[in-house]
Amino acid sequence: MAKVPVQFTLNGSDKAEFVDSGTTLLHALRDKIGDTSPKGGCHQGTCGACSVIIDGELRLSCLTLAETCNGATISTTSGLSESGVLHPLQRAFLDTFATQCGFCTPGMIMAAKVLLDHTPNPSRDEVVEALSGNICRCTGYEPIIQAVLTAARSNSQNAA
Amino acid sequence: MQLRKSYFADVRKDDLHEIGQPRPRSDSPGHVTGKTAFFADRNFPGMLHLKMVRSPHHHARIRSIDTSEAEKHPGVVKILTAKDVPHNVYTILILIQIGPEDETVLADGKVRWKGEAVVAVLAETERAAQEAAAKVKVDYEVLPAVFDMEEALKPGAPLVNEYHGQNYYLYDSGECRKVRFGDVEAGFAGADHVLEQSYQSSPIEHAPTETTGCVVAPEGNDRFTCYTNTQAMFFTLDNTSIILQMPGSKLHFVGGTVGGGFGGKVDVIVEPIAILGAKLTGRPVCFIYSREEEMQISSPRAAEKVVIKDGVMSDGRIVARKVTGYTDAGAYSRHSPYGAQKGAGHYPGPYTIPNVWIDTYCVYTNRTPSSAMRGFGVTIGDFALEVQMDKLARLIGMDPLEFRFINAYRDGDMKAHRQPTEGAALIECMQEASRAANWPVAEKFMAMSSYVKGA
Repeated sequence: MAKVPVQFTLNGSDKAEFVDSGTTLLHALRDKIGDTSPKGGCHQGTCGACSVIIDGELRLSCLTLAETCNGATISTTSGLSESGVLHPLQRAFLDTFATQCGFCTPGMIMAAKVLLDHTPNPSRDEVVEALSGNICRCTGYEPIIQAVLTAARSNSQNAA
Repeated sequence: MQLRKSYFADVRKDDLHEIGQPRPRSDSPGHVTGKTAFFADRNFPGMLHLKMVRSPHHHARIRSIDTSEAEKHPGVVKILTAKDVPHNVYTILILIQIGPEDETVLADGKVRWKGEAVVAVLAETERAAQEAAAKVKVDYEVLPAVFDMEEALKPGAPLVNEYHGQNYYLYDSGECRKVRFGDVEAGFAGADHVLEQSYQSSPIEHAPTETTGCVVAPEGNDRFTCYTNTQAMFFTLDNTSIILQMPGSKLHFVGGTVGGGFGGKVDVIVEPIAILGAKLTGRPVCFIYSREEEMQISSPRAAEKVVIKDGVMSDGRIVARKVTGYTDAGAYSRHSPYGAQKGAGHYPGPYTIPNVWIDTYCVYTNRTPSSAMRGFGVTIGDFALEVQMDKLARLIGMDPLEFRFINAYRDGDMKAHRQPTEGAALIECMQEASRAANWPVAEKFMAMSSYVKGA
């Protein structure tokens, strides 16, 4: 099968791959590039575990074709900490026990990051709405919501 | 909510200063940075993908299997049928001598539930494996199926599983697990009221976010490393060793990281066939359930039916309890004979009842095999028992919490299955619940104790 060239920026690094036409971004990231932080939970756009940020917007990488990402800027949870220092969201998820099995966590953090990027001081309802596309089957939603609110508070304190 | 050390102050001398203190979880840093390695995060060059051809029928004889078209499909490397599996008929609890072996790794001559694995296809890509699986031709003769436990137990019902010979698990105690304590009929005869109710549940799927699966890599020395999300590493290793007739020293299992289990990942389902595929091809193999397979194929919690008959006195004492429990194992045993047995011991609930009669049946039907899930064998029973307790309290016009205090088991009480009660804390939990829920009960109940005689 003829391969399609794809080039994008992933967590600040240039990436180029040849993929089969129709390859999902999730597959390209995990199996070609080796960034396994986005998870495949359903491969049909319902669980949110594969969430990544493409050009500032939250996207389901399992429903995004890699070939549509040419020239895009993509962020994943594996690229969130800088020089070993955890991002405030990662810190908050740790401190507030917002992880259980951990499978939904990278997707949750991506969804939360997009929310805080657009809405630095969200209400609880806004957090719930922003996470509504991400399933935590361990049903630890309350600590996750608290983690996002905690991260928002620590961001605003740092900014002040 | 606070830790009340006053309870059991004279029986618990240990220092409980750790409780209530936050401690970091050792796995969280990996989770929040995306570095935790789940099994599917392992990728090996040349890795094959395994897809299953599954039965579209609930019950059918297999007349023939034709894999010739599938074998020609581009990318197909190997196709496995029952004859390729060294010890194809197995049962997981054989490790603790609970037989008979009653389940096939790949169907041999018959399928007993819709979704049963028949043929395994290994191909270069997931897509090629899926497409080739669709080209496998299986000729079925559809047989009558039975889906209801009581129907399955009737004479003349279709026989689900020939390895059992009847549609129930044969315990050493006979057709069901039995508990006999006191004289239950005398208890009913002397009771002020008798209430019989039946409770039913449907199968429940665990629905973990990470689907069941494994990645197997041959080490090049007849040894295989299996990265798996099983919840039962050594249990799976030992069963794989039996199924593949390979010494355990040839099997290296890596796991412990599970993206949600809830009991749904304790069956031995994906590992043996994936390791066999790796052995026969010499290549790494990945076998991951699709979301559809996770929801339809993986074992759910068993459907249960519980019939409870209680004799109760107007002063609140339960004097007799008779329970008949049915656990729907589906087509194969897996953990269900154990679950049904657990129910037998559990059905009196945390209550002391002088006359008890319990029968629990593990029933085979042409439904998806059920297995472990969070307190299986007792969870549905607890639902039924506690609803029954509320109904009994209402029947005699008593506060439901006070009714439970009257019947709560206490240290030293003999349970129906002949285990003396030790370390009971039901009364103390209910006292705390009474305060927390602002549901006051009479002072004499607040003065009771699980372990102080006479209190």
